[in-house]
Amino acid sequence: MAMTTTGAPGRGWLRWLVVAIPYLWLIVLFLAPFLIVLKISFSTTAIAMPPYTPALDLSAGLGALWEQIQEFTFDNYIFLTEDSLYLQSYLSSLKIAAISTFLILLVGYPIAYGMARARREWRPTLLMLVILPFWTSFLIRVYAWIGILKPEGLLNQMLLGLGVISEPLNILPSTLAVYIGIVYSYLPFMILPLYATLEKLDETLLEAAADLGCPPIQAFWKITFPLSIPGVVAGCFLVFIPAVGEFVIPDLLGGSDTLMIGKTLWAEFFSNRDWPVSSAVAVVLLAILVVPIMLFQNAQKKASE
Amino acid sequence: MAGKSLTAGKSLGPVRRAFAPWNDPAAKPFIQFQNVTKTFGDFTAVDDLSLNIYEREFFALLGPSGCGKTTLMRMIAGFEEPTSGHVMLDGQDLVGVPPYRRPTNMMFQSYALFPHMNVWDNIAFGLKQDGMAKADIATRVDEMLALVKLEKFARRKPHQLSGGQKQRVALARSLAKKPKVLLLDEPLGALDKKLREETQFELIDLQVRLGMTFVIVTHDQEEAMTVADRIALMDQGKIVQIATPGEIYEQPNSRYVADFIGDINILEGKVTSTEGGVATLDCIGTGAKVQVTQDGGAKLGDEAWFAIRPEKVSISLTPPEDPSVNAVSGEVWDIGYLGDVSIYHIRLATGATVKSTITNTTRLVSRPITWEDKVWLTWSRDGGVVLTR
Ligand SMILES: Nc1ncnc2c1ncn2[C@@H]1O[C@H](COP(=O)(O)OP(=O)(O)OP(=O)(O)O)[C@@H](O)[C@H]1O
Ligand SMILES: [Mg+2]
Repeated sequence: MAMTTTGAPGRGWLRWLVVAIPYLWLIVLFLAPFLIVLKISFSTTAIAMPPYTPALDLSAGLGALWEQIQEFTFDNYIFLTEDSLYLQSYLSSLKIAAISTFLILLVGYPIAYGMARARREWRPTLLMLVILPFWTSFLIRVYAWIGILKPEGLLNQMLLGLGVISEPLNILPSTLAVYIGIVYSYLPFMILPLYATLEKLDETLLEAAADLGCPPIQAFWKITFPLSIPGVVAGCFLVFIPAVGEFVIPDLLGGSDTLMIGKTLWAEFFSNRDWPVSSAVAVVLLAILVVPIMLFQNAQKKASE
Repeated sequence: MAGKSLTAGKSLGPVRRAFAPWNDPAAKPFIQFQNVTKTFGDFTAVDDLSLNIYEREFFALLGPSGCGKTTLMRMIAGFEEPTSGHVMLDGQDLVGVPPYRRPTNMMFQSYALFPHMNVWDNIAFGLKQDGMAKADIATRVDEMLALVKLEKFARRKPHQLSGGQKQRVALARSLAKKPKVLLLDEPLGALDKKLREETQFELIDLQVRLGMTFVIVTHDQEEAMTVADRIALMDQGKIVQIATPGEIYEQPNSRYVADFIGDINILEGKVTSTEGGVATLDCIGTGAKVQVTQDGGAKLGDEAWFAIRPEKVSISLTPPEDPSVNAVSGEVWDIGYLGDVSIYHIRLATGATVKSTITNTTRLVSRPITWEDKVWLTWSRDGGVVLTR
């Protein structure tokens, strides 16, 4: 194709390179690390460096490699089913992510709608304001919430000052604080795809609806909302998928009763130094998330049709 | 089928009772624009415009792109509020009434079909909005689908339709509620000629049958002539002339109108006599002396223009009896063959060109008059008009 269109022979490889780069990227930065994690999840802990066996040492030759592979075990996965902590962590993560996604949608939709309906010359500025927090480190922004939510923090000072409460609220640490943190942190990922779809919406459709006797609020539910569903779907997945595996927010804002799989994984890895089990946790998490990811891609495909 | 005029192209059925409420001082206008101005920023889209449209009238808005036709329509539909002035419907001031409470429906220039609904649901939308019974909705939608010949496409989504099919869905949707006033913004632009002509007659038929008032915007003057009871020609936010198709074609009130509607020859001259209802003009560019009946527009000594349609100019190889009046001679410069007629471009000695249209009554084996022939062009006193602006 490239040769026939450009008429310059020898350009074919360039085309292949362009196609190959994303695949290379995926292989090096996604598939390879994943295979390593997968391999570790089939290993057994050991007091060694690295802290598991078999280490798949290639120096002993291919025959030895085969012997090592035979040592692989499913024990770690079986272990995950035996201790209810893991199941609870997964379920709790899914629940927190789902509720947060819903809350983010509730907060994000009106914002995106307002932006899309704002005067044209204002829109770039509003978009900038949504993206602006990314200029500060995520970690620092979550820490800032500690400053806001802690007993002697800004929120309590304000509420006390206004006389709304007489004693400081104990929001920190709690699951509520985790929700606040997730809603705050992931809001832009909801707003951006929603804004993109809402901004494209042809306003004459709303005029047509009004012309046919449909008042504005009904027109929103009959026209605007159904047409923004691709944006809603994209936003929800963009928020839900990373929120399930979130670690920083529950670690900093959540209490000991806030179970999230990211935290469990971290503890397994750094506190217990049990690489094989934590790898198994990660692999299962990935398997759980593959389902929504595939749903997401399906939805995207449908939307583009 | 009462209440329609017999105008050019409207030869449907027997002769109808004359319909001309605009000539009746007692008739109440249905849609009224009173000194309406609409500005966008510092741009005036509609400029102090007053206009009456009568009930059951088929009214056409004609004019060049950007002259304010759509804006005028949108003020009836309620999508734009006049900057000043009033828009009245049936004696009621529409200013402040939201679009969803107005008894008007509009067919949008861009169709504005709801992309997530199929054809059936698009057409049913307004009916559902009115809380019509399910069975009645189904009957009405099917009726509309039959009308626009889209029965087979009821389950299709708009993006699965051709341009012409979309246009027909938009038409069906705007007709479904049988509104008092139907606003059609270039409704037939995307249809092929045959379907367009058919639909034009269907529109007329519908409008008569349903007793609705139609306001149509079109670029196609032939279409305006075919469907409309009256035509308003607009220019830069103002109405230049409102008249029946016959009047606007035969008695344009200015060179702008004459030039916009149909093909015309315009000769510039000076009025040398106005005796007995006949204006005499000496035309500078063509050297012709023109005598034309008039009812008093042109005054002695005025600068004026003589306008005559090509089909009213006769062409002949022999000189007329009196070559000094209403006659010019020249050479055939170009012949445009259009099938039914041929347009002859005659170059005069002065360099000016005059057009004459000849009906092709025989097959074109050989032309009696052909390129470079010396010919005479003549016309009668009633053939053209004298214009003063
Ligand atoms: N919302 C708007 N803001 C600014 N200018 C506008 C707006 N709507 C229309 N105009 C201007 O008003 C003028 C009239 O527009 P309108 O759409 O009524 O033209 P039109 O006669 O329908 O033209 P066309 O035949 O091309 O559809 C145009 O010059 C247009 O640029
Ligand atoms: Mg227009």
